Amino acid sequence: MSQVDTTTNAGQLLAAASGGRRRLGDRVFSRTAVVSAVTILALLAGVAMFLVSEGLPALTASASELPEGKSFVDYVAPLAFGTVLASAIAALVAVPLAVGVALFIPHVAPPRMALTLGYLVDLLAAIPSIVYGLWGIFVLGPAAVPVLKWLEERLGWLPFFEGPASATGRTMLVAGLVLAVMILPIVSAVAREVFAQTPRKLQEGAQALGATRWEMIRIVVLPFGRSSVISGAMLGLGRALGETMAVTIILSVSGAVTFNLISQANPSTIAANIALNFPESSGLAINALIATGLVLFAITLVTNMAARAVIARHEHE
Amino acid sequence: MESATVTGSSRLLAGGLGWRRRALNITMTALIAAAFVIALIPLISLVYEVAKRGIPGLSLEFFTEDARGQIGEGGGAAHAIVGTLVITGVASVISVPIGIMAAIYLNEYGTGRLRRALTFFVDVMTGIPSIVAGLFAYALFELFLGPGIRLGVMGSVALSVLMIPIVIRAAEEVLKIVPDHLREASYALGTPKWKTITKVVLPTAFAGLVTGVMIAVARIVGETAPLLVTTGVVDSMNSDPFNGRMQNLAVYAYNEYRSPGVFKQAAYDKAWAAALTLIAIVMLLNIAARLVYRRYKTEIR
Repeated sequence: MSQVDTTTNAGQLLAAASGGRRRLGDRVFSRTAVVSAVTILALLAGVAMFLVSEGLPALTASASELPEGKSFVDYVAPLAFGTVLASAIAALVAVPLAVGVALFIPHVAPPRMALTLGYLVDLLAAIPSIVYGLWGIFVLGPAAVPVLKWLEERLGWLPFFEGPASATGRTMLVAGLVLAVMILPIVSAVAREVFAQTPRKLQEGAQALGATRWEMIRIVVLPFGRSSVISGAMLGLGRALGETMAVTIILSVSGAVTFNLISQANPSTIAANIALNFPESSGLAINALIATGLVLFAITLVTNMAARAVIARHEHE
Repeated sequence: MESATVTGSSRLLAGGLGWRRRALNITMTALIAAAFVIALIPLISLVYEVAKRGIPGLSLEFFTEDARGQIGEGGGAAHAIVGTLVITGVASVISVPIGIMAAIYLNEYGTGRLRRALTFFVDVMTGIPSIVAGLFAYALFELFLGPGIRLGVMGSVALSVLMIPIVIRAAEEVLKIVPDHLREASYALGTPKWKTITKVVLPTAFAGLVTGVMIAVARIVGETAPLLVTTGVVDSMNSDPFNGRMQNLAVYAYNEYRSPGVFKQAAYDKAWAAALTLIAIVMLLNIAARLVYRRYKTEIR
């Protein structure tokens, strides 16, 4: 940091000492950089402002003018419930797998293959969400039908698997699983980065004391990376909350508020609801959809902030 | 924890591992390996299925014809491919200069409150859900051009909101690793700061910047949701982003799936073909980015 400061000072000193022509170039260039920075802040302020100004009419309108004849809170609550439910399933499934992947690449995989294997996992993040959606409804959904039936028969006493099991696989469970696949590379990338920073001497020390590989991981690597796993999980959660197309395509929605994960009747998510209804909406319905977008923005913002706070605290230590 | 290792080590000295510890080690290693295998299954299945179902829909027609007045098996996605290129291209033209200049600001100029604010809000921007970016672009253009507006450039603005933070983050990383002694050497020769940046720092970071931009393009080229609410759906060729609706591959795939019409299988084939084309574009961009970086990166000692 101090080195950067000295160079900056040297640059300024020289700029001050040299002729006016040079100083003009410097001034133009640095102004452009500042303007770009301010533009981005203005853009973000614009995002918030336009969404608020377009969403506001729906917040103040009476229930009878809004879609489904409900007040805005009644309209958005089931959607928010669906959003959180789908993302929670995704995080529950993805986080343990992602930790496994993050441990596998440096500690278990043959060293020569580690780089390629890491690249393969990153590829999961590169696949467009529309492709995940098509895969979910045409491949994973049908493949999941017998599993859903089994869950209904064997675990039907749990509220999650009450049934009746869907015959198409267009259920909350399948949507959550696809989201899990989508966020897995994000969570594992964050975890991998910090696991890789575990001091080598601690790892070797543990093994020198006779720890097995698992004991070394449990005693040294996992405690070292715990907070990063939490923040990675929350970043993944933030991504899952805003994910649109996969859910739009896979989930069959009825507006029901239920924890039943395997039936045909599911709550929609905020993002999917916008994608489904926006193209054919007009008037106040558009305002209502934009207002739900604002709610989604707020939910993801809080989640991401919490994740960053955990990371920042970790870096402080 | 400590006592566990100590006990472990004394037991090791006493002669080999206990079966319990050995079994636990093998079980956990197997579980970790299993997690990795489970994570790869969707990738393999997805690539296999997209290739299998996408290839039947690929034909010369798919790349050369639009879908105007087409029912049934005819017609192609040329309009969607052109739309994807135009929308992504305009988004890049907006995002790349702003993103790189902002990264230069953060790394070379930034001090104090503005720098802190920018760093913070770039993080916030990274988390904006893509559909919200689409709604923003819609709300912005609706204000000036009236309700129901759909334009290609609206999609580009929406994608820029998603692309700018990615470009900034990538460019910042690359600029950070340009060593300070290069800058100092340049200053020592009496070079002004802006020339030092344009002639020393940026050329040194060039390969990394190109790679970062390509990865950013790959990230947004397959976006569907923000375009669904901004560029609309259309069957005919339109390459003018400032005039009328514009199709793109992702929305095309979604639409063929959602409203397949009478010739269901033909529409599904086209949806898969579009998905395959998209994956191919994304993979090519990723591979090209890696090659560029490996081939042109400046060796920094």
